[in-house]
This record gives sequence, structure tokens and C-alpha cells, in this order.
Amino acid sequence: MKRFIPAISVLALAFMLPPLLTALKSAHYMTQLTMSAYYALASLGLCALMGYAGQINMGQAGFFAIGGYASAFISKLELSATAGSGPAKALDALGLLSKGLDSYGNSYLSPSPWLSCIAAVLLAVGVSALIGTPVLRLRGHYLAMATLAFGIVIEKVVRGTTALGGADGLSSVPAFAVLPGLEITGGRAARAANFTVSWVVLAAGLLLLANLVASRSGRALRALHDGEEAADAMGVDTARVKLKVFILGAAFAAVAGVLLTHYNGSIGPGEANFMKSVRYVAIVAVGGMANIAGTLIAALLLNFLSLRGVFGSLDDAVFGLILITVMLIGPSGRAAVSRLRAALSPKAAPSAAAPSPRSAAPSPRAAAPSPGAAAGVAARDAARKGGAS
Amino acid sequence: MSLLEVRGLSRSFGGLKAVDGVSFEAEANRITAVIGPNGAGKTTLFNLIAGSLKPDSGKVAFDGADITGLKPFLVARRGISRTFQAVKLSGGMTVLENVMIGRHGRSRSGFLSGMLGAPWTWAEERSIKAEAMKAIELLGISACAREKTGGLPFGIQRSVELARALASEPKLLLLDEPASGLNNRETRELAELIRRIRDTGIAVLVVEHDMSLVMDISDEVVVLDFGKKIARGTPREVQRDEAVIEIYLGREDGAGASDA
Repeated sequence: MKRFIPAISVLALAFMLPPLLTALKSAHYMTQLTMSAYYALASLGLCALMGYAGQINMGQAGFFAIGGYASAFISKLELSATAGSGPAKALDALGLLSKGLDSYGNSYLSPSPWLSCIAAVLLAVGVSALIGTPVLRLRGHYLAMATLAFGIVIEKVVRGTTALGGADGLSSVPAFAVLPGLEITGGRAARAANFTVSWVVLAAGLLLLANLVASRSGRALRALHDGEEAADAMGVDTARVKLKVFILGAAFAAVAGVLLTHYNGSIGPGEANFMKSVRYVAIVAVGGMANIAGTLIAALLLNFLSLRGVFGSLDDAVFGLILITVMLIGPSGRAAVSRLRAALSPKAAPSAAAPSPRSAAPSPRAAAPSPGAAAGVAARDAARKGGAS
Repeated sequence: MSLLEVRGLSRSFGGLKAVDGVSFEAEANRITAVIGPNGAGKTTLFNLIAGSLKPDSGKVAFDGADITGLKPFLVARRGISRTFQAVKLSGGMTVLENVMIGRHGRSRSGFLSGMLGAPWTWAEERSIKAEAMKAIELLGISACAREKTGGLPFGIQRSVELARALASEPKLLLLDEPASGLNNRETRELAELIRRIRDTGIAVLVVEHDMSLVMDISDEVVVLDFGKKIARGTPREVQRDEAVIEIYLGREDGAGASDA
């Protein structure tokens, strides 16, 4: 049951760290650790896509922002005017409306954060399905560029929409009462409880991923990562599995976006920024790609350091540098570097032209008797190989 | 009606007709070999049957249904399984996991139930594992079932690929040069194995360069040259066919049949 170790560790820390940090007089660290947990959840969603399915998404921050903005926007809607209507009554009966007095003493009626959370995640799932269907037909650089463009679109849309607060974003986002007496909200009184909530949510995400990787679909994902043709030939609907894991990644990011937004009480366009997407990619890369525990540790550590301000104003630069470094020293990076070196070295040309063992093997044709015929046959074979393989 | 019926199948790449109006059948309980010189269109023909390439014209019927141009995963789910000329395994996964992939088309558990670790997926997972182990035992590679395939010798990797194909319980097995890279002893074992597979009621279609293997195991041989079928018959008939001797085996050197 090795695969459950990350989930169990995080679950244990969710309850052990608050008293420990309080005893060490470091309780203030819990704020950044709470935020790191939510960013880690978004990173893990990307880990499933990048590490296990081998597909890239350079717009993960876009899905995080869709979740956060949608939940903030919906939970701030003022529905008093429609209080008597059928839909409002139905929602109220389901307990999906929150009402009370705001800080100015005016009564308000709004969708509850539970409702806004569900709606926000469904929105992210819908958008990712819509985007993913055409975009996942692309590979490599093209997929990277398409998802990057998606992230930029989301950032520009939220920045340019007055209803979403423009450059300021949305603030005064209400607390999210997940259970009676347990609210996702900032403030010192709720600090330890929120730390526990965030780490429990993170543990749940880890558990889901651990299950997925070990399941029939997880095996299909890993197989298609290593070669789509073989997976396809074994009955794996590769396009569908890729889309599902893309949606899964978006849903993880959206849940993280919703919860962090209610925790902070605000969200701004910076969350949709391209550099945030780079950050998620860098974290998954540092973590070792198909490595849930690695991604978890990288996400918690790097986000914590970043939120503590350790990197100062070089924050984004640090993550960019991390990404470059990992790409250069990672397995595929090493290969790329040696290819580059070979291509630049003048000695490389003859060895590249040397026949491979396969083509050097005697073929029935090559056994033809006269040298002239053999040459003709070789030319014929070469002409065929151009198209038929 | 034959299990597999290929009718007038054609596919060009640019100006080159890689497969040109090829027709033949493959039957259950029989080993059909497709031979031909390098670039005769054998692998292209395989890819057309398996769905990884779409034909320009012609028809592929399998088990009474038209499967022309169907996507590979749908072809696979109908009972056609294959191996590749260059072994295609997941190097980071164990032998068992690789072979379990072969059961994908024969199992149902969904993405969400897998993620939730739902109890109803456990029984299926156990049966996937059991069926995969059966195929692994058949190929005699149980000893390395828990090892990653990446580090295994080439001959064993070929066996893993074959086990994966068999785990899907195919009606038709496509083998693309199964003997390439194998030594003499391994090739003899392979011949024995292919016969055993045929005797379980599976139709075997094999593309092969190793003439001794083809002549040894095949019930029927289809000869391609320049994408066209030039001969068809039992190994004995094909070996006597003038056109085959001339263009494939070499006019002066009739003994070419035994080497390669």
C-alpha cells in the first residue's frame, strides 16, 4: 500500500502540525501552509496530466482562476429582489442560499458558497471539456502553445471584465461554511481549522490520484504516455482518456481556486497569470513528472518559500529558472543536450549516416546474384522505404 | 465466410502505391503468412487491417462486419490484436502491468470509479490480473512478471508483447515480423508457440522475413511485391511459383528460400 503513503502523511500532518507549530510559536506559518496546500492540489491535477498521460497544459492557472472567480462572483450575487420567486425558494429549501446582515446592517440573500463552489467546478469542467476536445489532438509544442493561449485568454477576460473587478479582482468574498461551525475564511481565529481543512482536502486529492494511477484507466494513461499506437492497439480510446485526465486536472485546479479564494476572501487576475501556469509546470517537473510524492513535496516547499517572500521580487524568475534547469538535466533534457552537442560537433555527420544494424541485415533482395542487379534493387528498396514504412 | 476478408485494399503514399488492390482471407485455426521483399507493403497492409492507416479504397471485413477505416482501438475491441515490428512496450511498467493493458478492451471499470477506488472495480482488477498471468505463464516468462520491461533482454520483450496481445483474447492475431531480432533457438520456440496459438482456435496472420519460419509454420502464404499480390497458396505451392522464384527468391539462387 505504498501508493497511499503521501495521502496518509498529509492527513496525519493536517492534525499534527497545528499543535506542533503552536508549541513552537510558529503558528503564523499555518497561513502560508494553507495556501501552499491549495496550490499543491492544482499542481497535482497537472501532475496527472503531464506525468501520467504525458500531455502538457500551460494554462493550468486559467482553470484555477475560473474556479476562484466563478465561486467569488456567484457567492457575491445579491438575490434579495428575487426572494419570492420559484427558483429562489427551491434553492432555499435545499439550503443553498445564505442570508443575513452584512457589515452595514443591510440584509442580503446570496447563493451559498456550497452552491457557488459546485457551479464553479462544473464551469471549469465544462470549459476544459470544450477546450480539451479540439486542443488535445495537438501534440508537443502545439499543445503547449494552444493551452498557453487559453491561459492568456482567461487572464485578459477577467482583467477586462468590470463585473469581475477588472485589475482589482473580486474582494469581500464570503466565508465558506463547509460544515456547521467550520468556515473557510482568513483571520487568526480560524487559522488552525483552515490549515486542517486544506490539508485534508489535499489528502483527499492524493488519495484519488493514488487510486487512479493504480486503476484500469491509470494503466491506460501510463501506456499511452509511452506510446499511443500500442495503447490504441490494445483497445484504449486514447483521445477519450486524455480528455478525461485533462478535465480531472482542470477540476483539481478549480477546487483549489474556489477554496483559496474563500480563504483569502478575494481573487485577482494575477492568479490567471501566465507565470502562475509556468509555476505549476515547474513544480511538476521538479517533482519528477510521474511522481505524486515528488510533486507534492515540490509544491508545498516552493509555494511556502515563495509565499514567505524568500525569493523576494525575483519570485517569477526563480520558477522560470527552475523550469529551465529541470528541462536541461531531466532525462529528455539530457538527451536533447547530447543531440545538440552531436549536431554542433563536426565529427557527428559521418556517424549519423552510418547504417543502423537493421538496415545492414541481409535482406532477400540483397542476396540477388549480380552486383548490377543488387544496386538496382537497393535503389528500388530505398524508393519504397520512403513511403511505405 | 472467412473470419477476415480483405477485398481490393489500396493505399498510396504520394505517388507510391504501397498496397495495391490486395485481396485475401484469413481463417480461424490457420496460420496465414504475408511475405514479400523489403517495402513490398506488408506492414502497410497490417496497419490498414488494424486501423492505424485508412485505406484509399477497398474493404476489410472481420467476423461478418465491415471494419474498414475503423479506429485502431475499435478494431482491437472487436478481437484483432497485434504485435509490432519494433517492440512497443511501456518500459517503466512491469511485465505484468504491460500484459494487463492487453485486457483493457475486455474490461469496463470507468475513470471515476477507478479514482474513487470503488469496491466493484476490485473484482474486475483481480480478473484482469489473473488473465494477464495466464498469458504470461503461456509464454513462459512468469519469472520476470514483476520486473520492469525496459531492462529485459529483447527476446523476452518480444514474448511480453505477444503475451499482451494474447491477453486480449483475440480472434485474429497480427504478428509483424515476430522473429526479427531472435536467435535460432528462440525462433524455433516461437514457431512452436505460434502453432499452439493457432490450435486454440485463433486465426494468425504473420508478416515475416525469416523464410524458414514462414515455410515451416504457415498453412497459407500470400506473396506481395510492389504492393500487389503476386501469388498465394500453400508454402509448397508458393515455393514452386515461377513469379515468386523470379522476383522474390532470385532466379539463379533458388536456395535463397532457406536463408534470409
